[in-house]
Order: sequence, then structure tokens, then C-alpha cells
Amino acid sequence: MRTDTIPLVRSARPVLSPESEPVAASAEPVTGAEIFVRALEAEGVEVVFGHPGGAVIHIYDEIARLKPRFQHILVRHEQGGTHMAEGYAKATGRVGTVLVTSGPGATNTITGIADAYMDSIPIVVFTGQVPTKLIGNDAFQETDTIGITRSITKHSFLVRDVRDLAWTIKAAYHIARTGRPGPVVVDLPKDVLLAKAPFAYPEEVHLRGYRLPGPPDPERIREAAELIAASRRPLLYVGGGTINANAADLLTQLARKARIPVTTTLHGLGAFPEDDPLSLGMLGMHGTWYANQAVQHADLIIAVGARFDDRVTGRVDSWAPYAKVIHIDIDPSCISKNVPVDCAIVGDVREVLEQLLPLVEPKDTKEWLAKIEYWRNECPLTYEKGDGKLRAQYVIERIRARTGGHAVVVTDVGQHQMWTAQYFRFLHPRTHITSGGLGTMGFGLPAAIGAAFGLRGRSDWPVVCISGDGGFVMNAQELGVAAAHRLPIKVAIINNNFLGMVRQWQELFHENRFSHTDLSDTNPDFVKLAEAFHCVGLRATRPEEVDAVLDEAWKVNDRPVVIDFQVVKEELVFPMVPAGASTSEMITKRLTPNAFV
Amino acid sequence: MQTEMDMPTLTPQQILRKRKAGEPLLPGELEQVHRHTIAVLLENTIGALIRVVNLFSARGFNLESVTVGETDDPTVSRMTIVTTGNDRIIGQVLRQLDRLIDTLHVEDLTGGSFVERELCLLKVRYTNETRAAIMDTAEIFRGKVVDITPNTMTFELTGPTSKIEAFIKLMQPHGILEVARSGRVAMRRSSGSWLTHEDPILNLSSER
Ligand SMILES: Cc1ncc(C[n+]2csc(CCOP(=O)(O)OP(=O)(O)O)c2C)c(N)n1
Ligand SMILES: [Mg+2]
Repeated sequence: MRTDTIPLVRSARPVLSPESEPVAASAEPVTGAEIFVRALEAEGVEVVFGHPGGAVIHIYDEIARLKPRFQHILVRHEQGGTHMAEGYAKATGRVGTVLVTSGPGATNTITGIADAYMDSIPIVVFTGQVPTKLIGNDAFQETDTIGITRSITKHSFLVRDVRDLAWTIKAAYHIARTGRPGPVVVDLPKDVLLAKAPFAYPEEVHLRGYRLPGPPDPERIREAAELIAASRRPLLYVGGGTINANAADLLTQLARKARIPVTTTLHGLGAFPEDDPLSLGMLGMHGTWYANQAVQHADLIIAVGARFDDRVTGRVDSWAPYAKVIHIDIDPSCISKNVPVDCAIVGDVREVLEQLLPLVEPKDTKEWLAKIEYWRNECPLTYEKGDGKLRAQYVIERIRARTGGHAVVVTDVGQHQMWTAQYFRFLHPRTHITSGGLGTMGFGLPAAIGAAFGLRGRSDWPVVCISGDGGFVMNAQELGVAAAHRLPIKVAIINNNFLGMVRQWQELFHENRFSHTDLSDTNPDFVKLAEAFHCVGLRATRPEEVDAVLDEAWKVNDRPVVIDFQVVKEELVFPMVPAGASTSEMITKRLTPNAFV
Repeated sequence: MQTEMDMPTLTPQQILRKRKAGEPLLPGELEQVHRHTIAVLLENTIGALIRVVNLFSARGFNLESVTVGETDDPTVSRMTIVTTGNDRIIGQVLRQLDRLIDTLHVEDLTGGSFVERELCLLKVRYTNETRAAIMDTAEIFRGKVVDITPNTMTFELTGPTSKIEAFIKLMQPHGILEVARSGRVAMRRSSGSWLTHEDPILNLSSER
């Protein structure tokens, strides 16, 4: 990790036990199961999120016998395991590792794999498989894992020969990590794990069909610099690819040097400090009004590691109508996919920015920034205060105040996710983790647990999970993992007793028919639920209780704390661009429903 | 939450359907639709093949013809894919194809000069009266008899698709029993190996 991300602490205990160097080779033939364990050690894996079963029982046996340098975390559900690996990967920039058995173990990972695919998160998922001679026979706990996952993985391997195992593992990590990162599945038939071969972990692998983008084209970079120099209303539109490339520091320098305002996507939050006057917060469906206004009036959009997702652009043909577009991305297949681009620079975002930065001169953008300030004052992000009711936005603001932004915040999916994006005001890359592309409810808690494992020994910053009452119960069982490892994570449940985001759409677009979104009669007592899992459970129902409850939660540092924030259910996320509408048609407050459908 | 977005452009099928129905295409839908012949070098594994075909199906393309076979290197296969679609979307699909780890080279032959051939086996009924006429036609098309029974003949014919289709049409009145077509294989006309050919995919368009 770079120093521009979460600061490292030296005091904390090291993650890997330092006793011995990993064995990278042995001439004696050893079993596939042992090769697997040795290979993970040699790869430098710190944590494996796994769940045992018949097809991988020999690997578990070797873990017990060899006591490897990595730690195995027993998850409670394989979906939780994949989200933990994602949270770990997002917080550290390293590859997350999952190990599950065949059949149901493998199918339980599907949602997490798809989530990692959509959000370009590097994870490697090892799945057990029935013996090769039984594949295709509908054997007990057989599924065609490679077939099922083909369209949601960056790549996948079925290992048919124990002699291919070590290099396949190397290749899997290489593919997951490099280029546009993504999930890789390695399917391990049981007989391959039992067969023997000498072990040698290759230093590198060559995959002839896997070409990484070369150095960026200097001609295009010059062109971009010229476009920036010629522009009068430039805007940086920053996505998660900037953070993946560890380029947040350069992006910040670029913006400040040329005085270009910055808006980020959901995954770009943290790439540019939101307390900087140049920051416009998030853009898109639930972005700020002023960010979207800036998009609609800009004469140059500089897209950095972003992919013009439909949640960002709304109706594409009326998006940024006056702007030329520069697009910097590592993935050539993203270029001009949704929005035609005037200047495309394919390459590593960090490399591109390194070369672009010296070519860009300080600019006079005073007039443009003044216009944006006018928009900002005209329609700021705001919500009702002072009526004694507890609202999610207030809770999030107080968590922000409690941490000063020095925390890793992991959210679930729904209204609370958007409010966190709007009100937390992120300062540092890799401090905001969420499920954006797939929008997976149930992501938050396990991803927070994974992030906490990733931060162990690296940072003292707390991990805060902000979840909805609906999404929390989708993977609530993973509290058991957090408690077992005494992870001091803070889980703030924004409990509106509703599937709030769906309720919002039902109110706005379906004439208040709240079909199957009311959870008030069936929600569990979250305090008791926490206690049942050996966690601390707390509750706040009024604004004046929030700070005291947070103080209490922050005193606990030997186990997870779950706080049930009982907030009003009627609150809506504003502003909002209705799905399929143009970015200039933002709803900024509650109107009569029919005014905009 | 997922709701349908207004699609910025239509799928090739939607465009063709609209054209057939005589409906006007709106601006933005007015993109160029052409037939594309695409050659792909890939790892000689079934998984590689499936990944390539999946990409087309995921984007809603119908494949008019797919052929695959080993090359001079037995670990490498070559696929020829013929599909009709919106040029811009095909361009994207090509880049996505290129991104697959199992593909070694991807090239859209359309637009350049290339040879395209197809093999056809055709079994047709004959009688003593029709036999001479059938043989005459086959000769004009350079068809070869590969099997003959007292009342059927099987021809082997190679050539561009138009030739094959013309032959099939002429045989129809005689009573075709079976037709097997290989689908098209294609190769760029040039002296160089295609691996040295400039990669058209990364030549990103800049019009707006
Ligand atoms: C697995 C899954 N199922 C359904 C949805 C659709 N969905 C999106 S937000 C939402 C409501 C979430 O409710 P809650 O967790 O209480 O969060 P809130 O919106 O109330 O903050 C639903 C059902 C989804 N995103 N993921
Ligand atoms: Mg809720």
C-alpha cells in the first residue's frame, strides 16, 4: 500500500508469523493438497476466507498439519467469505483469497464473484470439485463451476493434472491482480489434490493471450494536455480505477495544479479529499446537484479510471452536451462504450497521470469555479433538522465527526449507502468500500470484516460498517466470525424498518403502494441479535443520544459493536435523477409524485 | 436497484426488426449496421471457444456462421465468425474479445480485402431424366460427386457463400435430401502473416 492511502502503523503486530521463509520448491513429490498450501504461502497470501467440505477436506488436513503462514478464517456462509475477500482486497490493494468445497460451497460464492467482477476487485476463489473421472456424471455435490462462473470471472481454470497446480495458482493471482483487476476461479478436482508431484512455485508466468496495456501513447497525452489548456470549464470525473491504480495523490496534484474541480463516482470517493473547495462530491443519480450541473455545463470532461456507468450518466445522449471528453483507463474495451470519447488514453492511470502532470499548466478557472459555487449555494446537500427526529444523514455526519474521516467505511446497499456517499465526506483512498456495480445487499458486514482483517497490523483506523436493516440480515451470520476474532468493528444499522430504497421508488413512482417493503413487524431486535453473537449491542432512537452511543461504542475494542439507529422511515435520498432521465432533470426535493413520472 | 435504462443504441436485432417493419430509426439508433467477418486466434480448448461465443450472445448478437479448427500450431485454433450488427458495438465486442485471456489475436476482416470460402455437401434425388441436367449444373459450379446411390447423388462444393447459395437454389427443384455447410473460413489477402498486421482494435475512433 502507498503512503497516500491509510497510514501504516509500526506498533501493530505483524500479520505473517515471521518464523520461516515459505518453501518455494521441493523435489520430493508431495500431494496436490500440500502443493496448494505451499503455493499460497509462496504467493504471500495472508488470509484465506474459507469453509470446508468433502471435496477440499485434504486441503484442510494439510492446513492443520503444515500450520502455514497464512491464517484461515472460517466463514459462516461462502457468500460472506467472498465479500470478506473483496473487503480485504479493497482495503489493502492486495488479492483476496477464498476456499470452498464443491457443489453448494461453490454456488454460494456466485454472488460474491459477480460482485467482484462488476467492481473490478481482485479475488481468487478456489472451489473443490468431484474427482476428474466423475465430472459430468451428476456426482454428489457436483456443479459445473467453471460453466456457471464463466461470464462473471476475468478468467477461470479447471486443474486436471497435479503438475499444473502450482503454475495455475501463480497465474490466477497474476490475472486477478494485473490490468483491470477481477475475480479468478480455480476449480480443484479431488483426485488432483490427492495425486503427487514435486513442488516448484514459479517466479512468474507467461500467458501468451494475456496482454497488458503497454505504456500510454505520449501523443495522446500531449493532446489531452492541449485540450485541458484550451478548456474554460474543465471537470475531472474520477472513478474507482484511480484508486485501484494507487493514483489518488497524482490526481489530487493535477486538480490543484490546474485548478480543475473534481467530481467522483461512488467508487471514486476518497480519491480526492472532499474537504477541498475543488471537490463537488459524487455525481450521477444521487450525486450532488452542483456536480451534475457542472457536468451539464462543462466544456471538457476528464474521465479518470471511470466507465460512464448508467447510474452516472442517466440518459446518455443528453449527458455533458457541451463537453469534449478525455478518457484515461486501463481497459481499452471501456473506451467509447457508453459515451463517445475525443481523446482516449489507454494505460495504467498512475503512469498516465505521471506523464500528464508536467504538461499541464496552472489555469485560470476562477469564473467557472465561481459559477459552481453559485450552484453549490443554490442547492446544497441538506436535510431537515431540529424536529427531534433521528435521521440517517445525522447519524452519518456524527460518525464522520467521531472519526474525523480517519476510518474505513463499508456500506451495504440502499438509501443508507447513498447517504453515506453524500454525507461522510471522504478524505482518503481505500476508506470507502461498497458494492456499486452489482449493488449486492448483504455485502456490507462481511466486507467490513474482510477489511478489518486487511487492516490488522497495518493501521489503527477503525472499520465502520454502515448497513440497512434489510441488508444486514442477509449476511448477519458473519457476526460470528467478527466475534470469534474479536474484531473491533463498529456496525451502524440505519434502521428505518423498511427496504428503504425500494420504498423510495414506490413512493416516487408507484403511488405509495408499499408492496412488500415494510419490515417493522418482522425485524429482529438487533441489540439482542448482536448479543446472541457475543457482540455488544447498542441502540439510539433520538438525535441527542447519537454522540453518547458512539462514545460508548468507541470504548469497546475487543469485540464488534452493533448499533441499532432507529431512524425515520419517510426520509428520501435527494437529489435524484430518475432512472432513464437526463442528468439535467434532477429532483431535488419531495414534490407531488406525479410531477415527474 | 435495477430498472431498465433507455438503451443508447438498439441491438442489431432490434434495428433489423425496425428496418423490416419500415419504422424510422431515431437519431442515435442511426448507426451503421454491416455484416462483419471476424477472425480469432485462440487457445485450442473448449473453454476458450465458449468464452468467445458467450461474448456475442451476451451482447445479443446472432452468429450467422462460426467455424473453428486447429492451425499449424496444434495448441492454437482459429475461429471465423460472421455476424451482422451495429459497427460501434461490434468494435466494442472485438475489444472485449481481445481482453479475454484465451484469445491470442482478434481481427475484423471486413473493410479490407479478404478471401472467404465455404464447403457444402449436398444430397439430391435424381432420375434417369434429371441426371444429365444435374451433372451439368454441378460441373458449372465445379461440384464433385462424392457419393452416388441408384437414386441419390452427393456433391462436394466449395466457394464463396453466394456460389453455394446459387447452387442450392438450382438443385431445389430436383429434391434436396440433405445439405451440410461448413460455415465460412476467411483470410486477409496480403503477403504478411496477420500477426504482423497493425492491430485495428486499439485504433480508437475519436468522432463524436
Ligand atoms: C441481494 C439484493 N436483493 C435485492 C436488492 C434490491 N434492493 C436494493 S436497495 C433495497 C432495500 C435495502 O433495504 P435496507 O437494507 O433496509 O436499506 P435502506 O435502503 O433502507 O437504507 C433492495 C431490496 C438488492 N440490491 N440486492
Ligand atoms: Mg432499511
